[in-house]
Amino acid sequence: MAIYQAFRLDFDLGKAASLAVVQFSLCGSLAVLAFLVPLPQTNGLGLGRLPQRVDASAHRTVDAFWIIAAAAFLIFPLGAIFLRGVSYIPNLPHQVIAASLTSILIALISTVVCITMALSLALAFARRGKFARSLAEGIGVLGLATSPLVVGTGLFLIIFPYAHPMTFAVPITASVNAMMALPFALRVLMPAVRETYADYLHLRSSLNMTRWVWLSRIVLPQLRRPLGFAAGLAVALSMGDLGVIALFADPDLQTLPLMLYRLMGAYQMDQAAAVAVVLVVQSLALFWMFDRGGRGYVESK
Amino acid sequence: MLNLNNVRFQQGDFGLTADFSVPTGARVAVIGPSGGGKSTFLNGIAGFIGTDMGQVLWAGELMPDHPGKRPLSILFQEHNLFPHLSVMDNVAVGISPNMRLSHTQRHEVSVALDKVGLADKSASFPRDLSGGQKGRVGLARVFLRQRPLLLLDEPFSALGPALKDEMLDILCEILDDTDATALMVTHDPKDALAFADQAVLVADGHADAPKPIQQLFDAPPPALAAYLGNRT
Repeated sequence: MAIYQAFRLDFDLGKAASLAVVQFSLCGSLAVLAFLVPLPQTNGLGLGRLPQRVDASAHRTVDAFWIIAAAAFLIFPLGAIFLRGVSYIPNLPHQVIAASLTSILIALISTVVCITMALSLALAFARRGKFARSLAEGIGVLGLATSPLVVGTGLFLIIFPYAHPMTFAVPITASVNAMMALPFALRVLMPAVRETYADYLHLRSSLNMTRWVWLSRIVLPQLRRPLGFAAGLAVALSMGDLGVIALFADPDLQTLPLMLYRLMGAYQMDQAAAVAVVLVVQSLALFWMFDRGGRGYVESK
Repeated sequence: MLNLNNVRFQQGDFGLTADFSVPTGARVAVIGPSGGGKSTFLNGIAGFIGTDMGQVLWAGELMPDHPGKRPLSILFQEHNLFPHLSVMDNVAVGISPNMRLSHTQRHEVSVALDKVGLADKSASFPRDLSGGQKGRVGLARVFLRQRPLLLLDEPFSALGPALKDEMLDILCEILDDTDATALMVTHDPKDALAFADQAVLVADGHADAPKPIQQLFDAPPPALAAYLGNRT
């Protein structure tokens, strides 16, 4: 918030940069601390079978309570927004269409960038030792720990002397959003890549399969599901993001979250609720499309 | 002829030594206690692990380093089939790793599928097949590749006795057709007797020269006797 205010209200770049340094050091030290805590062992994606839990009945009531409690946390605010917002959708200013398109464009670019980075890192590191894998995930988390506003400030400072930073709002927002989603995509892809290599590497080399055929015909199709899920996460995270775009956008360019924020700032609560509904529906639809796309071949055989 | 010239396969800090030859066309069971080095032995001949001493020769020539360039086919214990590829493609990768087939190759794949009785399953996927059918797809690929040496790492150990016999029958038929030399790791003395005429005993990081299998079971050396218990 302080960085944003230094930027947008005071336009004091020096102050914004100092604040960014403070935030970076804080997040950095916390990240180092978190890195020292060992991760729980995850066993990848399992065997695709439904496990029989003999202890199921004993836990059912308690589980149900917590699931309902967690769901309520989402359902009530979402319900409130839907109740208030749906009827206002027809009255929304036409800017909502431009904002939607900008949001979707940024989200799609960001997803492509994020998946490309995650896949490259996963392919390069997943088969190496535990340390290399933590290192790769550490690289991924670094972007998240840095916070979008800090990276945005830095990019703004780099571009400012040479060009009008607003011109680069779309590519910059897309790349920063991609960076934010990277650790999640890595978490999904790393075990899947590892598993594919562990299971089929011997078969590959015994069949004398070239690297290209191996990647395009074996690894990518095998990773279809996790890739779809990771892309779904990346697209949804980018759709909902209100970070760098707030620094870079000029009054004519806005994403849905930014429009929502501006409407709330102007106390247009009904319209804000309507925009929120549009945003939630679009994000869910995009997530569903990607995740579903990843499951495609299982259903269609 | 497969020659293992005073060879040592090194995997991590485990080493396995062997110094013998296997005549062309022989069917050899590889037996011995768990952890004795059976898999290391097979992986070494396959080229998945390197030698730090000695040589592996086939027909008098040094085997190439890359496993895919060695004159052999392998059936693993599991993961012989790519789950997202059709039966047809899973067999076709045996001769054309990019799965693009010429007209002749397409015909050869059909012949191989026919050989194992899966002609009508070529468009199916591994998840639609039973365990026995999956085993046959692997065998069809072996048949298609026509390599002179075949390595089997307990590929049928998860099948029931009747299915296992069926697989061994198809395997023997393929070996008869192709005159291939076969080395098969197995835990089951019955399978070893049914399939092989000779056996290599692998224990304590050393592979013994092949001996006639009946003779080996009749008068087992101490390591084998301990492994077999009192069952034979």
